[in-house]
Amino acid sequence: MKQIAHWYLSSIGAKLVMAVTGVLLFGFVLGHMTGNLLMFAGPDAMNAYAHFLQEKGMLLLAVRAGLLAIFAVHIASAIRVHRQNRAARPEPYAVSSYLVTTYAARTIFVSGLIVLAFVIYHLLHYTLGVTNPEFLRMLDPQGRRDVYGMVITGFTNRAVALSYIVAMLLLSSHLSHGLTSLFQTLGLHGPKFKPLVNKVGPAVAIVIFIGFASIPLAVLSGRLN
Amino acid sequence: MILTLRIWRQKHARDKGRFETYEMKGVSPDMSFLEMLDVLSDSLVDRGEDALTFDNDCREGICGMCSLTINGVPHGPDQGGTVCQLHMRRYKEGDTITIEPWRVSPFPVLKDLAVDRSAFDRIIQAGGYITTNAGSAVDANAILVPRADAETAMDAAACIGCGACAASCPNGSAMLFVAAKVSHLAHLPQGAPERAQRVLSMVSQMDQEGFGNCTNHSECEAVCPKEINVSHIAKINREFIRAAVKSIF
Ligand code: HEM
Ligand code: FES
Repeated sequence: MKQIAHWYLSSIGAKLVMAVTGVLLFGFVLGHMTGNLLMFAGPDAMNAYAHFLQEKGMLLLAVRAGLLAIFAVHIASAIRVHRQNRAARPEPYAVSSYLVTTYAARTIFVSGLIVLAFVIYHLLHYTLGVTNPEFLRMLDPQGRRDVYGMVITGFTNRAVALSYIVAMLLLSSHLSHGLTSLFQTLGLHGPKFKPLVNKVGPAVAIVIFIGFASIPLAVLSGRLN
Repeated sequence: MILTLRIWRQKHARDKGRFETYEMKGVSPDMSFLEMLDVLSDSLVDRGEDALTFDNDCREGICGMCSLTINGVPHGPDQGGTVCQLHMRRYKEGDTITIEPWRVSPFPVLKDLAVDRSAFDRIIQAGGYITTNAGSAVDANAILVPRADAETAMDAAACIGCGACAASCPNGSAMLFVAAKVSHLAHLPQGAPERAQRVLSMVSQMDQEGFGNCTNHSECEAVCPKEINVSHIAKINREFIRAAVKSIF
């Protein structure tokens, strides 16, 4: 146990933990996006899918608890790593000139924090019904929770829809570095692999952005109603 | 050429330090960057001012002593070269050049542009060596090394320990240096007996010295005078996983 704590506290150990938790979170993001896209298949498909998930009861709770724990570990490691990095480099160069790093890489902590803020708002908004208690009472003709209607109503508020789109932009920025970086962190990187791996992050990030942002955009433009 | 030099001057380790601006006349394009600083320093001494301190030794790109950040880039604008190999023909009349020391907490400034890099020595002492029988030299080809491994090991062994990797890293991480040393020995049979312990000890020492964590910006690879590839960082990550797993079972 002591040994494992020691590895976790080392710089490589912390990054390994971030990479593994990052992959798991990404798996959730991918699944969530695919589910969301059922919005385009109409109210019945969307509500049936939501009903299917809600029926799972204990299993759903367990998955949610697991995700929360993974998220917490990812964030706790991020904060530690970020503070150590600031301490190692307190003084910036008077002339700063980066040669190859990207904007997404340099702002990964900030994009992460904004994603965190978004996740909290998102849960209060649609999952827990704190901001809009009426959402949880909406039912469809079959008596299931009307998730489809709730999303449409939510996104008819322009400010809300816009905040979702901006948050997805930041999540994509986070992933465009993160999904490339994690190969290197896990040691799955070499001269032959490099050109491909360097494209994975940005490419997948674009897919993720389009997948998520398409829904508020479709509601705003009146294509979904 | 006439150039404007903005140079970091700091009297001693605890001095706050500041930039001084010097007008430099008569710079020949054939001068090396360090020769230009020699001339400047001499002229300062002639005026009764303090000489300019900067590290250097071989002046041929092999010792790793020279360590200047020029316009924000460690070792300056030439890719795959040290400052001592940089020549003034790279600059033109009227240019302003900002010269700073390496800026990483574990490399404190001693004076002006010279920093204390003994943190790297302590990382090497933690495991960057092999244990072997001294005595008469063994036959050169007694131990066979696959060609590809020898090549990779030699690429890593090109590291001169200058510290530009840590100096360029937005996180102040020394991973490329430590990775080069670990990867070098991990690819050779001579490194095998201490392989697992080496990576754990060296990483632990690197952390104790206060270097940051690698978040894969790859700035280090871009400034490395020996163009050491970040794939060695993937290698040290694999070595770390291997050593950690091995010590459990
Ligand atoms: C849906 C949420 C999130 C996902 C899918 C995600 C995913 C990832 C992935 C895949 C990595 C790469 C790991 C590696 O380089 O080895 C990463 C790194 C990182 N994440 Fe997250 N993350 C999320 C939320 C957050 C949050 C809330 C923070 C809080 C600040 C955060 C901060 C960081 C930092 C600082 C890094 C390391 C930087 C680097 O490797 O370059 N992330 N994340
Ligand atoms: S002075 Fe030796 S490498 Fe530059």
